[in-house]
Amino acid sequence: MPVVQIEKAALCQCLNRKDFTDDEVDELCFEFGLELDEVTSEREMLAKEQGDAKAAQMGDQLSDAVIYKIEVPANRYDLLCVEGLSRALMVFQSLAQPPLYKAVQPAAGMKQMRVAPSTAQIRPYVVCAMLRNLSFTPASYKSFIDLQDKLHQTICRQRSLVAIGTHDFDTLTGPFLYEALPPSDIVFKPLNQTKEFSAVELMQLYSGESHLKAYLPIIRDSPVYPVIKDANGVVLSMPPIINGDHSKITLNTKNVFIEATATDAHKASVVLDTLVCAFSQYCSEQFTVEAVQVNYPDGRASIYPSLAYRQVDIQVDYLRKGVGRSDSQLTIDEICNRLTRMCLVAKATSDATVSVTVPPTRHDVLHPCDVLEDLAIAIGYNNLEMSLPPTLCTGKQQPLNSLTDKLRLEVAFAGFTECLTFALCSEKDISERLRLPLDSLPAVRIANPKTLEFQVARTSLLPGILKTVHSNRSLPLPLKLFEIQDVVYKSTDSSGSAVNSRQLAAVYYGKSSGFELIHGLMDRIMQVLGVPVDQYKLSATEVATYFTGRCANVLYKGSSVGTIGVLHPETLAQFDLTLPASAFVFDVEKFL
Amino acid sequence: MEDLRSNILAYIHKHETCSSTELCKEMNVEHQKIVGALNSILAFGEIISAQPEVTSRLELTDEGRQVADHGSHEAVLFASVPAGDGAPQSELMKSVPNAKIGFSKALANRWIRLDKSAPGGPRVYRQVESVSDRIRHCLQMVAALSLDSLTAEERAELKKRKLVQEGRVTVYRVAKGPAFTLTLAKEETELTAEMLATGVWQTLTFKAYNFKALGQQPDCGHLHPLLKVRAEFRQIFLEMGFQEMPTNRYVESSFWNFDALFQPQQHPARDAHDTFFLTEPAACRLDAEQADGYLARVKAVHSNGGYGSIGYNYDWKESEAQKNILRTHTTAVSARMLYQLAQQPQFQPTKYFSIDRVFRNESLDATHLAEFHQIEGLVADYNLNLCHLMGIIREFFHKLGIRRLRFKPAYNPYTEPSMEIFSYHEGLGKWVEIGNSGVFRPEMLLPMGLPESVSVIAWGLSLERPTMIKYGINNIRDLIGPKVDLKMICDS
Repeated sequence: MPVVQIEKAALCQCLNRKDFTDDEVDELCFEFGLELDEVTSEREMLAKEQGDAKAAQMGDQLSDAVIYKIEVPANRYDLLCVEGLSRALMVFQSLAQPPLYKAVQPAAGMKQMRVAPSTAQIRPYVVCAMLRNLSFTPASYKSFIDLQDKLHQTICRQRSLVAIGTHDFDTLTGPFLYEALPPSDIVFKPLNQTKEFSAVELMQLYSGESHLKAYLPIIRDSPVYPVIKDANGVVLSMPPIINGDHSKITLNTKNVFIEATATDAHKASVVLDTLVCAFSQYCSEQFTVEAVQVNYPDGRASIYPSLAYRQVDIQVDYLRKGVGRSDSQLTIDEICNRLTRMCLVAKATSDATVSVTVPPTRHDVLHPCDVLEDLAIAIGYNNLEMSLPPTLCTGKQQPLNSLTDKLRLEVAFAGFTECLTFALCSEKDISERLRLPLDSLPAVRIANPKTLEFQVARTSLLPGILKTVHSNRSLPLPLKLFEIQDVVYKSTDSSGSAVNSRQLAAVYYGKSSGFELIHGLMDRIMQVLGVPVDQYKLSATEVATYFTGRCANVLYKGSSVGTIGVLHPETLAQFDLTLPASAFVFDVEKFL
Repeated sequence: MEDLRSNILAYIHKHETCSSTELCKEMNVEHQKIVGALNSILAFGEIISAQPEVTSRLELTDEGRQVADHGSHEAVLFASVPAGDGAPQSELMKSVPNAKIGFSKALANRWIRLDKSAPGGPRVYRQVESVSDRIRHCLQMVAALSLDSLTAEERAELKKRKLVQEGRVTVYRVAKGPAFTLTLAKEETELTAEMLATGVWQTLTFKAYNFKALGQQPDCGHLHPLLKVRAEFRQIFLEMGFQEMPTNRYVESSFWNFDALFQPQQHPARDAHDTFFLTEPAACRLDAEQADGYLARVKAVHSNGGYGSIGYNYDWKESEAQKNILRTHTTAVSARMLYQLAQQPQFQPTKYFSIDRVFRNESLDATHLAEFHQIEGLVADYNLNLCHLMGIIREFFHKLGIRRLRFKPAYNPYTEPSMEIFSYHEGLGKWVEIGNSGVFRPEMLLPMGLPESVSVIAWGLSLERPTMIKYGINNIRDLIGPKVDLKMICDS
């Protein structure tokens, strides 16, 4: 979950309080569905990152003011900055009304952004907005940059879906053009550089920059790169990589031109709404944003930001049932009041319906159930009256799991100890180490393992048990181990799926092979399973995992359900084992 | 030992009562041995009585014991000097133990003399023909506790040479007991088959057992602690009337793991950083899901919404849904089960549970592995709400002995409302998260064909966390995997 830092002083101010205890902040967060992650300060954070010495050396440059690190839910983009978070808490505490955000079209006409057909090849959408007469403070300026970064990391999926560029409008001249050009045709001075580079050179330059190189693959192999220019050909940005230096914003910027290019038009609009809603409070005309017209090649014109308010009519009965309260316990007025505290302004339209206005900050509200959740939060989850569901059912086990549990007990009664090993392992574990050719195994292969330990799903329980023996070889002998778990096989049909198979494996490891004990355990299991003597037998076979002449198939009703034998000395050597061992493996599901 | 015991008994028979030091002198053995013999007689029952009296006595130091056994250092040195020709001093110093003390004492006693000007270096000669080792004799008397014969000077000298020290000695006053006898039967340690067969056990005396010693460990098998806790959870669900879901399916399609749960295709959980994708089999066919239009309904609800929802507004791709993965939660199976439930002609209220393995391609640490066990319970019925969800969670955790619960609003892509479950941890003195829960979204249930008035409430938690708390395990690798110490399994 994303984390937002807010200074204690700022939080106190917005919640109209002289002071807070950390417990009170924790409690408020808990109620609202946030999590107070850490109470810290600038100095403590630096000390944690770079050590106490460095923090001490910085002296007065670091602040000791208390900072709360607060985790916000992953779908609440509106809470990703101090501005949005504190406003939501103010409204929640009834200290402010939900603001009314407006997109206005200036009398002199809207600024225009023309989209060239070439962008369809790489990044077809762009949305824009203008924040007029804004005054930044160092804190709000930092927050503005931070929010863009947080949006890039979350909803924008590392700029692949949406990339934001913000510009000092007073350095530019409209109308603007969004087009895609061959990299060598794009030449400009990028942010914080002293000279001009071509896009080809930039890709080279940034391949070594840790914070930018991750974004290069989004466009690198495309024949054309996206670029936004003003009427004079000044490059605003080359999304999703870098802005131009010419139009960069500073603390003194008054008019901020925002563009967001995207592969997903809806997400671009959500991102733009989120950004302008949070920062339009610093405009001379609060919560008001100047609209910009985007002209697509097919003649379509769209006006952004959308800042759409959506009306949702909801049955009061649905809301009351959802929180388990009757008409008298929860009046329509109370419903409306509580929803308003969640920034969802609600009005009764009849005795049975409320009309809820979903603001442009709340793109997480998709369905009336989202409104229901907010109502429950506003009432307080822990104020709801608990009751048991009236549902009457009979408990029932899966036959395979019930058989598994029966076998686990019987094998443990027989003196064997249960291990629990991983379902994922290396290719080598199931092939080379068991002396089996890899291509003979129906193994499921993992595409993106982080280590060699997760290359495949296991096709046998033996490697896990033998590794357990190896880790415990200093214990008194003999070691008698078993495991009943699932292995996984690729399906043989064309379904493109895989199946689990429940297996039981047991290993005896000691001074002698102990085959008679492993054999005895198998006999005992067959007895417990109620298999008549004439339906179960061992028949000599050769499997490379086992020692020559010391291996048999376990036949049940004439077909093989498993193998038993003395392990091959080279199998033992593969697991660094120096003493003999016997083992069996069989398919439990055959006995259901 | 047996002789000593008979001798002691005979002596007591004759004298009625005596002290253990008296026995020492009489039998001419060390006091310790007499005490051993007395204890052994006492083990037979009330043959004798022995009252302990603690007194302060001289006792031998380690060096004193050595002298008592082998002779004083000076006597040893004297014995090493050949009569007549004598021996070089340097050689004696090298070969005789404690030669330095022995040499100076023997010289002082005028037992030997030193010729410094002998050819080939200083040479030692005997001065007398034989010596009497008074020191050794004194120490033997101390060992036998017959101290009366030592003079005050002798005591002082022995102390000064650190051959004796003051010690506490327990002396026993011994007397006949009610069952006094002169003959002791041999003690048996084991009751044998032969004794039973011949009936001889009736006349034998058996050695007393030491009940303070540990017994021998039984040679038994053990169940794995995590799976023992799994059994407890299964038991709770079964008691509460829940039916177990078939979760033996590690490989799942993205469709059932994500799409069916209304988790959008660009959701970070579907990233390769979090989820194991497969190269073989890389993708599956969704023929069955397509056949009755379910796939189309899921596509529609993601792309354009429906069922009262505005949807996610994006271009939903079937190819993405076909990608095989290792399931990231057992909720994939819950989705399949709910879909089957929706296919019945008449909806039946149902309670389902499962406990099985899930996989996450996460960074590993002391509490996270790439695979872990998820516990999940769900109830599908008409008109269920948050109060029912909290109620059944309370019932479930009460059965585990967890009583103080509270609920925090949370976000899960497929439940709304959603709640994290916190319990008050007495040991840590704070609230800790123990599970997650919620009401499944209509966008998930309605495309399956479940009636609109049916709600599904569900909660989940990991099996590893409560197990680690129960057994006090801090590193998850000590609980699961091949590096586990089997002793932990046996002791848990």
